[in-house]
Amino acid sequence: MKKLLGTALAVALTSQMAFADTVRLGTEGAYAPWNFLDDSGEVAGFERDLGDELCKRAGLTCEWVTNDWDSIIPNLVSGNYDAIIAGMSITDEREKVIDFTQNYTPPDPSAYLALSADVDLASAVVAAQATTIQAAFVAGEGWTLVEFASPEETVAAVRNGEAEAVLADKSFLDPFAGQDGLVMLDRMEMIGGGVGMGFRKSDAELRAKFNDAIQSMKDDGSLNALIAKWEVATQF
Amino acid sequence: MFEYCTNPDTLSGLAWFSCYVTTGKHLSFFTSFGTVLVLLAITAPVALAFGFGGASMARSNLSPLRWLGKIYIAIVRGVPDIAFFMFFVIALDQGFEYLRHQVYCPDWDQPIRQGNDFIVCTAAKLPLSTSPQWVHEIYGFFLAVLTFAIVFGAFAANVIFGAMNAVPKAQIETAAAYGMTSRQTFWRIIVPQMWVYALPGLSNLWMVLIKATPLLFLLGVEDIVYWARELGGTKHERFTDYPHGDWRMWYFLVLLVFYLAFTRVSEVVLNRWMKRLSRGQATAGGEALRRAAT
Repeated sequence: MKKLLGTALAVALTSQMAFADTVRLGTEGAYAPWNFLDDSGEVAGFERDLGDELCKRAGLTCEWVTNDWDSIIPNLVSGNYDAIIAGMSITDEREKVIDFTQNYTPPDPSAYLALSADVDLASAVVAAQATTIQAAFVAGEGWTLVEFASPEETVAAVRNGEAEAVLADKSFLDPFAGQDGLVMLDRMEMIGGGVGMGFRKSDAELRAKFNDAIQSMKDDGSLNALIAKWEVATQF
Repeated sequence: MFEYCTNPDTLSGLAWFSCYVTTGKHLSFFTSFGTVLVLLAITAPVALAFGFGGASMARSNLSPLRWLGKIYIAIVRGVPDIAFFMFFVIALDQGFEYLRHQVYCPDWDQPIRQGNDFIVCTAAKLPLSTSPQWVHEIYGFFLAVLTFAIVFGAFAANVIFGAMNAVPKAQIETAAAYGMTSRQTFWRIIVPQMWVYALPGLSNLWMVLIKATPLLFLLGVEDIVYWARELGGTKHERFTDYPHGDWRMWYFLVLLVFYLAFTRVSEVVLNRWMKRLSRGQATAGGEALRRAAT
């Protein structure tokens, strides 16, 4: 009996400890409306709201960490944070290194922003953020690609004529359209399998928790409400 | 910050600007200047210590020590900085965690490397995943200092190695004639006199170190260039109370002034040291001082 009690206590204690663990969420903080830093320097945006809600539903304490996009996957697999929630599209190539949850936004078209509406993309210089699905797409088409480390620089490149068009998520480009003579092209590309959270391959348990939380938000419609609030994507 | 800042879109001119530059984000920007200065203040002496150690080893009479010193200098000088900053830090962090893992979790049965993942037990995590964010930041800062010190230490070692060899042989022979041991010669003759030969090279390194601080963001420390880029980027009214266009140029202008002022002050101080160290030395600088005095 005593031993049984002891075991029960030990189980209770260890599960308590697991419960008290902080989950560190890694994001870029430079991709409004998905994730950005607000005026006080805090992470804000669609993924901030989403991440906080998911953590609440999964009963976890979460903390936000910003990391450069270029090294966001290496830092995850080496354990500097526990999840990536940074507008990262689910692709086969990334699936080789990390595991994704189900998508929390549906597959959405990427759009072009240019200084004139009649750019011939095949002969133009197209800007994209490095190691994104958009950069891979432009390279795959055999067009001339210039890559930049941050999303802001890709738009700036079009503005100052270094590139003729930029390919990025439509929701990121939307606020820029109509400013400084920038126009959205009619052509869009269906690339990527929607956006999901990334986890270490060895972290199946944590991934399952977030997967369930995303499912519950899909079921009760609160995910669609969030998507509508931040205008990041189409609805489920 | 100020009371009238609650409704920024009704403000204009100086009032708007005073609210704009006192947002939490801007305060982080100003703090990051401090971070950079503190980093330099800590890194410079540590790198110098690494350099001194490396140089002393490289000219040691014991061959294993000598090899170690020479290998350190050759490897670090030969690897591009950016490769060092991107991969070495992750490796260093994993190395620390691996050691802690061996100590704290001896009966762990799973492999540490699972595919791409690096997994140590929770107790070995550095810092612990339960630690508050500032502990993580201090740890990141510590890793940054260590990496900078190792990289710049290797260059400093090469400079000091050369400077030690530049001390006139006659001085060393005289010391031997007076019956000093090689240790005494090293500390009493070589070390005090080598600085005048080392300083031009070291001052170059200091300048390069100042300019290398933007690499900090690669190490996860939010430095002034990171904040300038973040703050200067286009801000849309949907996401901020202070919308503006692409202002990065102005922020980088501030950085330009900061770096130029800082390197200029350094130059003045270093010139003063050089003058001081040249006093009584058998160098062109020392000779010029002697002539001026008579």
